[in-house]
Amino acid sequence: MIESIKSFLGYFFVTGDPMIYGADASIALASIGIVVVLTYFKKWKWLWEEWLTTVDHKRIGIMYIIAALLMLFRGGVDALMMRTQLTLPNLHFLNSEHYNQVFTTHGTIMIIFVAMPFIFGLMNIAVPLQIGARDVAFPFLNALSFWLFFAGAMLFNLSFVIGGSPDAGWSGYAPFAGAELNPGVGQNYYVLGVQISGIGSLATGINFLVTIIKMRAPGMTLFKMPMFTWSILITSVIVVFAFPAFTVALALMTIDRLFGAHFFTIAAGGSPMLWANLFWFWGHPEVYIVLLPVFGIFSEVIATFAHKTLFGYAVMVWSMVAISVLSFITWLHHFFTMGNTAPVNAFFSVSTMLIAIPTGVKIFNWLFTLNKGRIEFTTPMLWALAFIPNFTIGGITGVMLAMAPADYQYHNSYFLVAHFHSTLIAGTVFGIFCGLHYWWPKMFGYLLDERKGKWSFWIFMISFNICFMPMYFLGLMGMTRRMYTYPAGLGWTPINIVITIGAFGMGLGFIIMAWNIIWSAIHGKRDTTGDPWGGRTLEWTTSSPAPEYNFAHIPEISTRDPLAAMKEGKTGDLRKSSKPYEPIHMPNNSGIPVIMSGFMFIAGFGFVFEWYWMGIPGLIGVVACMIARSFVYNDHHYIPVDEIEKTEAATGRLS
Amino acid sequence: MSENQNQVMKQEHAGFPWKQVIGLVLSLALTFLALWIAVGLSLPVHVTLTIIVGLAIFQAFIQLFMFMHVTEGTEPVHQVIGILFGIYVAFAVVAGTIWILAYTI
Repeated sequence: MIESIKSFLGYFFVTGDPMIYGADASIALASIGIVVVLTYFKKWKWLWEEWLTTVDHKRIGIMYIIAALLMLFRGGVDALMMRTQLTLPNLHFLNSEHYNQVFTTHGTIMIIFVAMPFIFGLMNIAVPLQIGARDVAFPFLNALSFWLFFAGAMLFNLSFVIGGSPDAGWSGYAPFAGAELNPGVGQNYYVLGVQISGIGSLATGINFLVTIIKMRAPGMTLFKMPMFTWSILITSVIVVFAFPAFTVALALMTIDRLFGAHFFTIAAGGSPMLWANLFWFWGHPEVYIVLLPVFGIFSEVIATFAHKTLFGYAVMVWSMVAISVLSFITWLHHFFTMGNTAPVNAFFSVSTMLIAIPTGVKIFNWLFTLNKGRIEFTTPMLWALAFIPNFTIGGITGVMLAMAPADYQYHNSYFLVAHFHSTLIAGTVFGIFCGLHYWWPKMFGYLLDERKGKWSFWIFMISFNICFMPMYFLGLMGMTRRMYTYPAGLGWTPINIVITIGAFGMGLGFIIMAWNIIWSAIHGKRDTTGDPWGGRTLEWTTSSPAPEYNFAHIPEISTRDPLAAMKEGKTGDLRKSSKPYEPIHMPNNSGIPVIMSGFMFIAGFGFVFEWYWMGIPGLIGVVACMIARSFVYNDHHYIPVDEIEKTEAATGRLS
Repeated sequence: MSENQNQVMKQEHAGFPWKQVIGLVLSLALTFLALWIAVGLSLPVHVTLTIIVGLAIFQAFIQLFMFMHVTEGTEPVHQVIGILFGIYVAFAVVAGTIWILAYTI
């Protein structure tokens, strides 16, 4: 009896590594700490009523960003562990199996649990405000999307202390990720954690597509929308069309692993290559899902701080449309070397190079926006300016990789690793940091400190180059990705030392940013105007932070950049209206999203361990929540006029 | 567009959702029919493929008409663009996959 309990615990918990025991202890301590603090300050009710059940897009956005920052910390620690292991030849800081798990979780977390939720957070905060709406089209679904993402992320993160992490890379290639070669729960965590959060992502795509199509302020035609909103509209279309491929691929892999099917096995007529094919059919558009929104952010920030209209508005839009169309026909370039006919490789080589054209057009548009502008070097602007050259380097090396014959040399070398980090860090990470600093006052009503912000920018940006520039050369010298150690005497050691220094420098930059967030929460400059940057778009016409209903009167739009036009005296005051206030119709809060996602987590955990006694009741709970929701008829309320007057008077809007 | 239309969308309740129930039953029936044709009958491969692709297209129309409100909406241009893009993506994934995997089969 005791023996069987012991063997169960040995299987259930990850054992044998002191770092894991440290992680166990810190997770337990942090959980106890959170419970104690909430209980001591009697904050449970506040947490439930104000945050866990909220359907307010601004609060959901803030929760997305908090979760993404925590995940960024975790993914960053993974990166530093890998870099520590690779600093010198023949180190034994991590063993090979542990290293495999660390690079797998690093990749999956950074893409699915950092880049996407961070962008979803920023678009939740900014898009309804930019189009003059009071919430998204489906506020309940929006809350559900967030909680499904959160349940998926927590399930995935549990793997490193319970059961063992996935180790087949973030792309989870068959046949290695299949049941035969990869028994145990690790890959189950991958397929189920990513699947659950993927449902949320798909719902977010639908939600923002409908919001932008249907809920724009009167007068705001599609071609008067801010560029960030345009980028989210196009991103939403890509999400809606790309994610189903991944959903299907993950479902097939789940059926393979749990129920012994043969979609991706070599035996019984399956095709391992089909996994790579379906994965990248989602995976390549996914790259643009995390890039187009930051293109939108940079367009806003560059126009604001160059004090000029964005150069080539229509061209910017059409190049994003072109990218969205082309992004669906380039996926094979991720596996040129897997064995395809020459015409296949040639086609995908050309389609990949084509996508560089609209991207290049956008780069020139940003440069022309800066040309003869009155440039103000604020922290968000620094991130945007650094993006242009750094991202261009990543883009150009991408064109090098797109040449199929040359790719046989570069494939899976550190050249590739350097390339995609140059695009994803200089693009997505710089972009989300840029957006974070830019919209922070709109989220919280105070500004992040500029001095500390600039320190974190310069340290992070320089370290990024110290880390990833040498990596191109390391790749050309023959070091391949995913090797956990290497022998001395290949000439790789000095470069690896430099790369590790850069990686820790980026960690330092992130810590300064975290310190800036904490410091500014106490000492940050208040934003009393609602327009701290001299903004051009509608989100800066309301107070900071925006009231629950966003706009007391829905603004009427006649031009692009309506706030800039107002400041130049071309239109009337957007902030004032002679009309009397009317009661505002708002959605009610609901506990169903968080409860339903809790059931989803239970179901996911059950299926990870193939405990059907746990998984099936979990799914029944999910269905019960859907049924419960369909009987909720009292799902909205009206904010009375005197409350609106009170809120507006408090912000100084009512005279 | 008046101010009210811009507010959070109101739910509408209009009787029992017969259309959705019929759509659900038909979707389930077509799915199990396809499974039975593939697993239960031993027809030649190309005949099986032809039948289940036909059933899939039929099911796509059920989705469009029963659940996805393709006949509703004020701006048909959005519907047309959406459907054309959907056809493009479906063609890319199906034709692309066949072309790519032809080498390995």
